[in-house]
Amino acid sequence: MKNIIFLFFGLQIHNRSINTHLVNTSSPEKSLLEGLAREDKEAIEKIYRDNYNMVQSLIVNNSGTTDDAADIFQEAMIVLFEKSKSPDFELNCALKTYIYSVCRRLWLKKLHQMQRFSKQTDELEQVVPVEEELEFHEKRQNDFSIMENAMSKIGEPCKSLLEAYYIQKKQMQQIATEFGYTNADNAKTQKYKCLVRLKKLFFAQYKNGK
Amino acid sequence: MDDILLIDAAERYVKGEMTAEERTYFEEVRKNNPELDQLVVEHIFFFNELNKYSDTKSFKHSLNETVAKLTNEGFISKAPLKGKAKLVYMWNRYKRTIAVAASIAGIVSIISVGAISSYTNSKVPDTKLLVQKLDEQVKQQAVKTRQIESKLKDVIADSKKQPAETEKEKSTPIESKFRATGFLIDNINNFIVTNAHVVKEARHRLIVENSKGEQFRAEAVYINNDNDLAILKVTDKDFKSLPPLPYSIRKTNAELGEQIFMLGYPKQEIVYGEGYVSAKNGYKMDTIYCQLSTAANEGNSGSPVINRNGELLGIITSRETSTEGVVYAIKSPNIYSAVEEVKKIKDYEKIKITSAPVLKGTDRPTQIKKVQDYVFMIKGN
Repeated sequence: MKNIIFLFFGLQIHNRSINTHLVNTSSPEKSLLEGLAREDKEAIEKIYRDNYNMVQSLIVNNSGTTDDAADIFQEAMIVLFEKSKSPDFELNCALKTYIYSVCRRLWLKKLHQMQRFSKQTDELEQVVPVEEELEFHEKRQNDFSIMENAMSKIGEPCKSLLEAYYIQKKQMQQIATEFGYTNADNAKTQKYKCLVRLKKLFFAQYKNGK
Repeated sequence: MDDILLIDAAERYVKGEMTAEERTYFEEVRKNNPELDQLVVEHIFFFNELNKYSDTKSFKHSLNETVAKLTNEGFISKAPLKGKAKLVYMWNRYKRTIAVAASIAGIVSIISVGAISSYTNSKVPDTKLLVQKLDEQVKQQAVKTRQIESKLKDVIADSKKQPAETEKEKSTPIESKFRATGFLIDNINNFIVTNAHVVKEARHRLIVENSKGEQFRAEAVYINNDNDLAILKVTDKDFKSLPPLPYSIRKTNAELGEQIFMLGYPKQEIVYGEGYVSAKNGYKMDTIYCQLSTAANEGNSGSPVINRNGELLGIITSRETSTEGVVYAIKSPNIYSAVEEVKKIKDYEKIKITSAPVLKGTDRPTQIKKVQDYVFMIKGN
């Protein structure tokens, strides 16, 4: 454990000790991340409880609002979620340090976009490098918004139908009842028709976006 | 249709739902037909994208639920900053603005003295409260609609063979003298917020009506003429409690430029409207209110003003008579002070704002569907 004072925009804002021993993920943290990969509510809640307030004070002390903090933390959770799902996943530092590093990086970037970024002083704080993951995350985020955009354009009942099947993972029979199709096969045909449209919309943008 | 067959095959292939035999056959076909193979690869790529999308989407949903839970518990607080943190924040945010503002302030103050005094001397337009007093014609129309509805209800009641007594009482339409809007703030004890000027219209009875047209008796437990807020309690035993509020009630003031929407009863059915926060204070700089740029009509008094994240920012109260689209709303922190006052009243100590925000990140039609059950028509005579 080490006490670090760091400078951020020329203002001393933190006096925080962070565990940066480069050890492999300890087992409780490992099971937490496994829980996260399964989208386990308890794991998500525990990570929020352990880290949210730290991130909130990081953002709020650096020109952000509590709403910004909520957004940044959510994005960091998604980065962590993506990472925890990859098979060769390993965290080489304490989870807290990792989350801190990701949030810090995301926030700096956002500040930069908002042009509220004056100048960055020498990095005295200890963070782990997360650039690679964030680049990957950015690509995924881009794909995500293309799909979301395509979803918003296919209209009803397609949107609800596809969401019911692919996101809420409902059974075809249940969907047929809810949407008023005579049987599961009819609903299935309708689903495929919607899917073909979604696919067209997706690729139209995907190709343009590249 | 071929496309559908292929997409079905590709999906089952990705999911591993094919039998071994089917799989071998499928792979064989792909090998021998490059054109088809290209389509399959495209489908598979698309399915992977769709799966990633739905994973992230459902994960985001879980995150929002967790945040809602923790916010409810008070672990995550959106309260305004205090002490040192606030100072640092304000300084960081506004240091450039402050410098510029300070230098301009001197010049402007000299010029503006004359201008302001001449303006305030001129006669300013009045504001109009947005409660609708029903004139004869409207009343008749409303009664007619009621009668049709009540007939329908009778039919339903007959078919269900429910006790005639309660049904009869319910189906008699009350002759309402006015119409306005209110919204739920406590789903356990059934407290509704509206304007004080709305409640004052009711001399005998006060009725709230939900979006399905069901009416329930209510009584005013708190009326504050200073900030024009009133809190009603639904006293009807038939009123079924709703799940926690889908919106949260913001403790801080509305920000300039925030996009907002509202739901209200300027007519016999619920009406949606949208706009933005155009000034931080109300008519003649009244700090209880903020100014919105939107359209509001009589009947909109008491309508909730909600931003795209599902935070309730205000309550529609009045509009300017001479200028189109200038609407005033009571700022949401006033609700919290009203709730504190109600807590002091015997029997109502339990009042509590219980929200589990679920609106963030959903599209507007979904948001409206979730909110509309919590917005009520306020009527009476």
